[in-house]
Amino acid sequence: MPETKLIEKLQRLATECRLDIIEMISKAGSGHPGSSLSAIDILVALYFHEMHFDPKNPYWEDRDRFILSKGHAVPALYSVLVRSGCIGQEELGTLRQINSRLQGHPDRIALPFIEASTGSLGQGLSIAQGMALGLKLQKKEQKVFCLIGDGECQEGQIWETAMSAPKYGLNNLIVFLDNNNGQIDGTVKEIMDISPIDEKWRAFRWATTSIDGHNFSEILAALEQARKEEDRPTIIIARTIKGKGVSFMENQIKWHGTAPNEEETKKALSELRARL
Amino acid sequence: MSNGSKATRESFGEALQKVGAEVPNIVVLDADLSVSTKSVLFAKSFPERFFQMGIAESNMIGTAAGLALSGFIPFVCSFGCFVTGRYETIRVSIGYNRTNVKIVGTHAGLGIGEDGYTQMGLEDINTMRAVPGMTILQPADDLTTHAAVRFAAAHVGPVYLRLTRQKVPTLYRSEQVFQSGRAILLKEGDDLALIGTGATVYEALKASEDLSEYNPWVIDIHTIKPIDRALIRTLGDKCRTLVTVEDHNVIGGLGTAVAEVLSDGHSRARLVRLGVQDNFGESGKAEELYDKYGISAKKIVEQVRKILK
Ligand SMILES: Cc1ncc(C[n+]2csc(CCOP(=O)(O)OP(=O)(O)O)c2C)c(N)n1
Repeated sequence: MPETKLIEKLQRLATECRLDIIEMISKAGSGHPGSSLSAIDILVALYFHEMHFDPKNPYWEDRDRFILSKGHAVPALYSVLVRSGCIGQEELGTLRQINSRLQGHPDRIALPFIEASTGSLGQGLSIAQGMALGLKLQKKEQKVFCLIGDGECQEGQIWETAMSAPKYGLNNLIVFLDNNNGQIDGTVKEIMDISPIDEKWRAFRWATTSIDGHNFSEILAALEQARKEEDRPTIIIARTIKGKGVSFMENQIKWHGTAPNEEETKKALSELRARL
Repeated sequence: MSNGSKATRESFGEALQKVGAEVPNIVVLDADLSVSTKSVLFAKSFPERFFQMGIAESNMIGTAAGLALSGFIPFVCSFGCFVTGRYETIRVSIGYNRTNVKIVGTHAGLGIGEDGYTQMGLEDINTMRAVPGMTILQPADDLTTHAAVRFAAAHVGPVYLRLTRQKVPTLYRSEQVFQSGRAILLKEGDDLALIGTGATVYEALKASEDLSEYNPWVIDIHTIKPIDRALIRTLGDKCRTLVTVEDHNVIGGLGTAVAEVLSDGHSRARLVRLGVQDNFGESGKAEELYDKYGISAKKIVEQVRKILK
């Protein structure tokens, strides 16, 4: 597919996923819209261009893996799973309800397409490292992708993985850092500044790039570069906007973990639909 | 019982603000959840005594231990699962170092609801009970939460204070009913005792109304460690059936603590432990989960009836 066509396709899908995210969180009455909207473009690029997987067989051995370490953004993951045909659209309406496969945070036992249960920040990246190491030991070609938050980088465990992954030469581990400068109690800058974040990862000997996390050509180019790495893991530091795509949610900490009410939902949906 | 209802985390936030004004060496640490744990109230009143540690619970616990060793009384706040999840740090930095740190775990149990298992403290009482010297408090309503905070601040030694996200009805009219280490006798009865802690005290009390033919005792165990051994022994002598109800795994929680007291004595009473049965929680409304896991008033009644039939 010529580049412009591909990018238009991904942009359209991302808008559709944003609609899903708003609808599903609104119906559930709770959830994390800001965190999901900031990550969705990255997930769309992964699930609709980069990753190899079989929507009919979650256990296909040769699939690439994705771990959402910032598990609270799981509505974004559910939406790409729906749009790629892994689960049915109707299931989105069950988010966070009792007996649903769509738990409030990713649950790999409840839903097979989830590679790791997460929701306690700091743990997903270690699990991703373990998977990448396992694949290497088995001499397999598959990649492990992982998404972490910038607030999440305050967890010590993140830096334990930062230290260990290069030691094992995990060029099959590709991490996105959703650098939206928001967390719960305020901005990352005021809560516990993590800058200069690119220099920190570089000092730990990771291949490091910085991109606009809402620009598909930059996301795709960074992924292509990551595939060329021969003996180091990659971290793609993606500048993002929390709540991206819904004007009144953008950069507003309040929308970290609050569901929109009926009126706000309508407004958000019509804004997004106008873009289709 | 009056009709007001309030989450015990809210009562905690208000109490800490009050006690903080009286005790100048109280300091408070939080890990990016001050809005949820309600430590934000203290932070607003005493910004110079509040430390925002970011999403880094282990470091927060260790820092608190150091502050305690230099004469402060630190309260470290987060969700129960996240703070007690750093068990080994608590075990050494707080426990073994005998530091005067107060650990506050909010959003305890199934009561947190839709967020699901990873955010639920369901084994926190178990692990905190295993730390030598740790006092564990789980108040059931507004005023006893105020009393518990006051006690924690005055007590020398580590405390784990377990609090709810969800609102709980007001049960008591005065802080004085709370005496650390002494359970509260809500109802004296005959042959059956219903024993709750935290949010399940109200469920037990409500269940007792439906079970009036058995005239059950109703007990509020707000201090899980050290537990009121004398009262449990008395119940073990007077009743044929004791039922513990907890929003926690039955392994290592209230039911286990009561079992330990009974097995130390000669009681022949039967103990039934209601709670999460060696399982994980899940997403759902708090009330639905209380039903599904058998700790709502309605389910307590059903299970007790079945047992006593
Ligand atoms: C160990 C742990 N501590 C605290 C939390 C509560 N929590 C959920 S989301 C969040 C903020 C996350 O910020 P960030 O990683 O920047 O992600 P964002 O939502 O901003 O993309 C916190 C503190 C958690 N889930 N896990």
